[in-house]
Amino acid sequence: MDGPPKGGFSFDLCRRNEMLVKKGLKGPSFLKTGTTIVGLVFKDGVILGADTRATEGPIVADKNCEKIHYIAPNIYCCGAGTAADTEAVTDMVSSQLTLHRYHTRRESRVVTALTLLKSHLFSYQGYVSAALVLGGVDVTGPHLHTIYPHGSTDTLPFATMGSGSLAAMAVFESKYREGLTEEEGVKLVAEAIRSGIFNDLGSGSNVDICVLTKSGKKYLRNYEMPNPRTYVSEKGYSFTKKTEVLMTKITPLREKVEVIEGGDAMEE
Amino acid sequence: MDAAVDFSSPVSTGTTIIGVTYNGGVVLGADSRTSTGMYVANRASDKITQLTDNVYICRSGSAADTQIISDYVRYYLDQHTIQLGQPATVKVAANLVRLIAYNNKNMLQAGMIVGGWDKYEGGKIYGVPLGGTLIEQPFSIGGSGSTYLYGFFDKEWKEGMTQQEAEELVVKAVSLAIARDGASGGVVRTVTINSEGATRNFYPGDSLPLWHEELEPQNSLLDILASAPQPMDA
Repeated sequence: MDGPPKGGFSFDLCRRNEMLVKKGLKGPSFLKTGTTIVGLVFKDGVILGADTRATEGPIVADKNCEKIHYIAPNIYCCGAGTAADTEAVTDMVSSQLTLHRYHTRRESRVVTALTLLKSHLFSYQGYVSAALVLGGVDVTGPHLHTIYPHGSTDTLPFATMGSGSLAAMAVFESKYREGLTEEEGVKLVAEAIRSGIFNDLGSGSNVDICVLTKSGKKYLRNYEMPNPRTYVSEKGYSFTKKTEVLMTKITPLREKVEVIEGGDAMEE
Repeated sequence: MDAAVDFSSPVSTGTTIIGVTYNGGVVLGADSRTSTGMYVANRASDKITQLTDNVYICRSGSAADTQIISDYVRYYLDQHTIQLGQPATVKVAANLVRLIAYNNKNMLQAGMIVGGWDKYEGGKIYGVPLGGTLIEQPFSIGGSGSTYLYGFFDKEWKEGMTQQEAEELVVKAVSLAIARDGASGGVVRTVTINSEGATRNFYPGDSLPLWHEELEPQNSLLDILASAPQPMDA
């Protein structure tokens, strides 16, 4: 039994990567939403807001992404942190809540979503980097919560999260008051997000808003677009010609029928 | 992600928490500041969490860890209360907290004070510090702000205080710690528990006493700016 050993794992590349990292090479980073997300409680419900910039290090990866995620018909959730994690964790909880609704035949509660989210995030000890603003209206009234990647939660009348949270909180701290009307609330949320868009490098592009009340939800996608394209070439853009199509012939599929003589096709 | 706020760092309750016994029960007290690094994540948080009708817990350390411990203990005590057909004792509650804190000591960063009243032993305070040991104490202080309070409590705590004396002591102590400890601040929350049940109290920042060289509270920075001469006025 001479010659090189067969099978098993090779860890050569791990050693190489370790060395490259030690020499100062940075590995590829995840798509992170350097973000401004906010929420507030108003007279008859909750309003959530978000910017629409997704970044990959210093590069803007998506200029108009959606950061207000669906949890249940009466509950929505803004996400900051690693885009994949916020998307996955909100999708997972939304599906668990759907099954729970079929089981109980009752509207989902915000605290249920809160508990599912926090127990998942806690069990991953902060490695699922999702910082969330959860809002909704249920049988017990309007609710607004923040959830941190390590699984701690807060209950607040107004909340901000993400890299633009300081800019947005400055707006809320100086202008929020109890018993705002819907119109006033939407205006304030938009202003808070705008302050994130203009003053925080990680945030940008447009304002998304979601208004949740007892009577239903209003998802105001691109409620404000304060960063329109300033210049589009008059001449338009031309591209090199594609490969020419010489002939088009469509052959319809023929149904293939197999006839089995006698006997039961389904055996036990 | 960014330099200003690192949301990947755990949310910690750099805190002042206090539990004090008096002649008919206990008073629990806490500040209301929750911080992530140098940012105040919540300036009006509630660090005194209900476990049962007659037992409460003051939380310090990692917010995520202490919240999950409280959730577990509340769940166990609810079951225990149903099986027993009567309220759980403070000792049982504190021992459950200890059990979780001790068994998972490598995973947790949690310093807690359990306090409450039961018909067997009356008002009781138990400290459950970082390692997960259980200490019955006449009074207990915890969190980053407690370092400023040891001498104060050694002098000011007396056996057999009245409810009012105990509550005034707690509010005074938390306000002293808020004045000196940067990680403590906001308002003072108290919970008083005795044979009558539990009552919550709330002392806003502008109602607290002023200590050495402290400035008068201002409603808002905007009010100060509005009353001051404008920088562009010549």
